[in-house]
Amino acid sequence: MANYTLKINNKTYRVEVEEDTPLLWVLRDHLGLVGTKYGCGIGQCGACTIHLNGTAVRSCVLPVSAIGKQKVTTIEGLSAHGEHPVQQAWSEVDVPQCGYCQAGQIMTASAFLNKTPKPTPAQITEAMNGNVCRCGTYHRIREAVALAASKLK
Amino acid sequence: MVGGGFLLSFRWFELTASPIQTVAEDVNFNSYLSIAPNDVITIFAPNPEVGQNIKTAFPMIVAEELDADWTKVKIVQAHLDTKKFERQATAGSGAMQHSWERLRKAGATARWMLMEAAAKRWDVSVATLTTDNGFVWHKESGRKLSYGALATEAATMKVPDGIKLKAKKDYKLIGKPIHNTDNAEMITGKPLYGIDTYREGMLIAMIERPPFGAKIKSVETAAAKAMPGIVDVITFKNKVAVLGKSTWQVTKARKLLKVEYEPDGAVESTTEHNTLMKQLLDKADVKPSRKDGDIEAVFKTAAQVITREYQAPFLSHACMEPMNFFAHVRPEGVELIGPAQLPEDTRKNVAKLLGVDIEKITLQMTRMGGGFGRRQRSDYSMEAAELSSMTKAPVKVMWTREDDMQGGQYRPAMRYRFQAALDEEGNWIGYRMRGVGINSGNSARPDHFPAGAVANFLVDSIDHKSPVTTAPWRAPSENFLGFAEQSFFDEIATAARRDPIEYRLAYLDKAQKTPVGAVKYDIERMKGVIKLVAEKSNWGKNKQLYQGFSAYFSHGSYIAQVAEIEMKNGNLVLQKMYAAVDCGVVVNLSGAYQQVKGGIIDGLGHALYGEVTLKDGVPAQKNFDTYRLIRMKEVPEVEVYFVDSDINPTGLGEPALPPAAAALANAFFKATGKRLYHQPFLKEEAMKGQTLHPIS
Repeated sequence: MANYTLKINNKTYRVEVEEDTPLLWVLRDHLGLVGTKYGCGIGQCGACTIHLNGTAVRSCVLPVSAIGKQKVTTIEGLSAHGEHPVQQAWSEVDVPQCGYCQAGQIMTASAFLNKTPKPTPAQITEAMNGNVCRCGTYHRIREAVALAASKLK
Repeated sequence: MVGGGFLLSFRWFELTASPIQTVAEDVNFNSYLSIAPNDVITIFAPNPEVGQNIKTAFPMIVAEELDADWTKVKIVQAHLDTKKFERQATAGSGAMQHSWERLRKAGATARWMLMEAAAKRWDVSVATLTTDNGFVWHKESGRKLSYGALATEAATMKVPDGIKLKAKKDYKLIGKPIHNTDNAEMITGKPLYGIDTYREGMLIAMIERPPFGAKIKSVETAAAKAMPGIVDVITFKNKVAVLGKSTWQVTKARKLLKVEYEPDGAVESTTEHNTLMKQLLDKADVKPSRKDGDIEAVFKTAAQVITREYQAPFLSHACMEPMNFFAHVRPEGVELIGPAQLPEDTRKNVAKLLGVDIEKITLQMTRMGGGFGRRQRSDYSMEAAELSSMTKAPVKVMWTREDDMQGGQYRPAMRYRFQAALDEEGNWIGYRMRGVGINSGNSARPDHFPAGAVANFLVDSIDHKSPVTTAPWRAPSENFLGFAEQSFFDEIATAARRDPIEYRLAYLDKAQKTPVGAVKYDIERMKGVIKLVAEKSNWGKNKQLYQGFSAYFSHGSYIAQVAEIEMKNGNLVLQKMYAAVDCGVVVNLSGAYQQVKGGIIDGLGHALYGEVTLKDGVPAQKNFDTYRLIRMKEVPEVEVYFVDSDINPTGLGEPALPPAAAALANAFFKATGKRLYHQPFLKEEAMKGQTLHPIS
């Protein structure tokens, strides 16, 4: 067990956990930030995607000891009340079905649009291909990412 | 220890506070509906939500007949309450078919009671009143009163009999694209799912389960027990549970368990299943599910007999939220929280397991991260109840993805044999079909087309009982049968040198004009969707495109599909799917589109990639690295068209899936001259070198 001070969503948290604990389980089990979801535990589905210094990362395979002073953003910290353009686009397009993968989709999309504010359809597909949606909301995800890009302009 | 020292504190119970089931100042009109003096209308959504959008669609129907202001409607997921609600179940695409009239009446009677109250207040006749958007109006005098202002008085009015329901032309909500009621919570990461359940003092449990057909020979638990955070290791019912304070600690400790197994009956492998299914197809003296005419004679005298076989592997449901359940068993009562498609079954099973009076068990339904039939089983909820009962602590059972994929309850493996007899002119005179499967139940659907259209007809099925557990999987049996039969019909049309759509319509005509035996599908509705999809897809008009057709009736609904393959830069790509759907009245257009698109994507993805194979009772696929799910790059465009209908709504969660893979396979045949018979397609020889990925 070791103590870690983590910067998450512009707040400072201290946790005492084992050093190999994936950030996913620190968020969920220890900090009550359950918006980040467990899907596979091996970085294959994207349900657990968070931002680490603004880059989309799979928190299920990110040990807490590797974070250091890097800034973590989770779905709960993307905006105060869901007003981030990507979240707004998700709502306007009515993307979610079961909704379980959508936090991860939104985190992937928002990090992507930060780096690629005017994406082509092919770039959107490439960027989102790592996130699985078992309900098959892919058309709406694609539409919402494009809509969010237009909002960011 | 849970938590450590936070700089920020939070309380688990605030996260998981149970939704309010009754509000003191609200006036209850019926099980579904209460109205507060401030005009907020609470509508309870009684059915389990798996992503089929029932939590939005049901309240829309109540609000429609109530003439409520949708922006003032608050939707609350009801707990399991068998006294207030019937059929709180997600199964068989049946919720809308069951509840449509009930929900309409719930809204309409409350509206009538509000008008009665206003009539009394103003001393006018009810006939002079109208309602609109949460108000009762007396247009003559220009007076209006809000529902909230009338609620208390209205609730004392006599509930009228034979209430008149709205005509379709007067709908303001039904048929419109209304957004998912949980969108705001889902896009901000609020705790909605069973897996998000946490309590002070709660233990996390993970369970080691045996291979199929094996039992525990010996268990060594000392090393696991000694790990930090571990509270107990319990061997029960041929399983070993590790219980501890955090998910990661339990995950690590579990790896130190040493469990040896020995055979306990049949230890089966996929290779044996494959041989067995082929043998069963030849079995004699099987009781027919349906038999018309003289099947033996017609096959003897036929000019042409076509025989084809189709096979499907086991599939995982692969719900994005793995199985999990929370239970707290105390002398005063049992609290259950989690994902359940059949919550009443869950409660009954837990009552029986623990020997507890069912009235002492409460069940709170959580939003589910997918279901697809897997959560119709209570295996994982019973595990939580049993472990809580043994440890006397609140317990959340967590299945890892590996547990979920290797823990059984699969879509059954199945094999079908179809035979068609044609005469010299290519007329279809005989049809024989047999379905066999591993724990598949009845894999045949005896009254499907061509029943009624082909004079000599025989359908039967055989089920092999196996230790490999199976469960309903979105459109049970039909999820593969739809592919198999619709592929076969395409081959018959080809053999008869006829266009598959023209050929199908001709035989539907025949079933309509000169039916043989009972016809249990609506031929007009079936023809309607076929003609619609032909029109929308410009069927056969563009010779540069390879189009494949399928049409299927299930769960009360009719769907015809066309898949479109193109040659682009030297590669075959599945660019587009068309679907024409007759599901009666469309309740929520936004949800409905997505059910059809999602169903098609699910059907294509699993047909292309999905399989669980077994060796000596152990599944080879463990996670999404070896169990491939369809991703964005692989998804074609999908165009969906609904038939404008006044018929009461029928199922929509499942019917779009069964015909999708056949449309693809039939288009693939047009493009390559090769047929696909076995799933996953990607393993078929004919698919070598092809990906079919569309280009975005």
